[in-house]
Amino acid sequence: MARTGGGASAGDTPGAGGASALRVEGLRKAFGANEVLRGIDLTVTSHEVICLIGASGSGKSTLLRCVNLLERIDAGTIYLDGQLITGPAVNENLVRQHIGIVFQSFNLFPHMTVERNVTLAPMKVLGLSKAEAVAQSRVLLERFGLGEKRADYPDRLSGGQQQRVAIVRALAMRPRLMLLDEVTSALDPELVSEVLDVIRELAEGGMTMLIATHEMGFARDIASRVCFLADGQIIEQGPPAQLFSQPSDERTRRFLRRIVDAGRL
Amino acid sequence: MLGDGNRRSVALSTTSTVIVLAALVALLAAAPGSRVVRHTFFNPTDMWRAFVGDPKAGYYSVGEALWLNIRMFVIAEILILIVALVVAVIRQSTGPVLLPLRIVSTVYVDVARGVPLILLIFAIGFGAPALSLAFISYQSAAVYGVAALVLSYSAYVSEVYRAGIGSVHRSQVAAARSLGLSQWTSMRYVILPQAIRNIIPPLLNDFISLQKDTALVGVLGSIEANKAAELFADTTFNYSSYAVAAVLFLLLTIPLARFTDHLIARDRARRLAGAVQ
Repeated sequence: MARTGGGASAGDTPGAGGASALRVEGLRKAFGANEVLRGIDLTVTSHEVICLIGASGSGKSTLLRCVNLLERIDAGTIYLDGQLITGPAVNENLVRQHIGIVFQSFNLFPHMTVERNVTLAPMKVLGLSKAEAVAQSRVLLERFGLGEKRADYPDRLSGGQQQRVAIVRALAMRPRLMLLDEVTSALDPELVSEVLDVIRELAEGGMTMLIATHEMGFARDIASRVCFLADGQIIEQGPPAQLFSQPSDERTRRFLRRIVDAGRL
Repeated sequence: MLGDGNRRSVALSTTSTVIVLAALVALLAAAPGSRVVRHTFFNPTDMWRAFVGDPKAGYYSVGEALWLNIRMFVIAEILILIVALVVAVIRQSTGPVLLPLRIVSTVYVDVARGVPLILLIFAIGFGAPALSLAFISYQSAAVYGVAALVLSYSAYVSEVYRAGIGSVHRSQVAAARSLGLSQWTSMRYVILPQAIRNIIPPLLNDFISLQKDTALVGVLGSIEANKAAELFADTTFNYSSYAVAAVLFLLLTIPLARFTDHLIARDRARRLAGAVQ
């Protein structure tokens, strides 16, 4: 939690945050001697869908976890809708209400039914009544084809269904920003598309999203902008058409070549 | 329908059990002091006398005294479950504000686990009355005994809770906190329910041990089953009363032990079923 001083002056242009849903500046994070993020600068405007690509260990997941304040950052600042969310005076629980995150391994609560998974946080955090929370969860579950699963426990569901429930659970908090951390990496190949379809629907609905992914084809389809991470930095970013067909940096080219060779693009 | 292989193994195990038991009985019967042992420790007449008791003759019913053990056990168990949970939650808490409480509970667990239970019973049973404090000093010996049991067992059980909390995967904490749930709400609704499910077998194991240890409270003069058996032996010079007490304790502990085994087996089956998916 160093260097949070820039907060008050936030800068130079407090209003500059206006259209930017998320602004990350000079973000650094190390685990012991291992520097995972070395100065990330990234701005996400509302309704934008950003895909983070890069090799395993390039810092994609850590970046998402930092944005959701699940990891303590070493340096830098993060703004959500123009408001500083890093620093000692920030209420983490309040910030996390507005940022949904979906994990690679689903992380549903195994001792609760699907419906309870979805209604817990709205009731305990947003203060919804049980009836309101249940009504909302039914609408959401229905919308994503999970209406019949609401009384089931997570271990009765397929991986794809579990991940869709995890997405619904995050959506139930009505977040302003969704973070998706390689949400299809733990799925059997035939289950990937049902989850990607859900994400596509969210993008069409205007949800602002920051997506770490290995699905290059998906990134090309859905992203408004693709960022390539390597060695804890954003090496290159741009619209998918440009980044995938004419990458300017040698490291990006090498990464994409490996992906193509592996038959994943 | 049992297959041939199954039938064969059932027959084999029955035979071997019978042979081992017969050998044990033969050994006891053949021992030079067998008659004396049977008369002094397993005399049916004396066992019955000890079981029903005779206050006029100077001894109490062991069966009735067991009721005190049961009451002490039940009350202690409820208190232990609560105290130990509070200690465990404090010990695994983070944040600077709770540091003093963390230190206190760590020292408590170290001390209460390190001191023999019998010493704790003496310390409280004789120490609390000596204080001459209004409420604390004028309770019955059984109350002091329960206090000592709670003090000692809560330390152990808090460690069981802590292990259970540690057994819930970190990703569950991340999922809960990422939804905006506070540390306490995550603990209450997400972590503890899963932790407690994981620790039910070791918890029950501690309670089997607690059932027996209520017998130690007799050192303070409470007429519990073991003490009643001792009084019978002191009065009649026959030790069959101890056999009665032993049988009664077994009747209490064995059902709980079987129930624990049942839960462990069910848990294993569930885990295996989960692993297949």
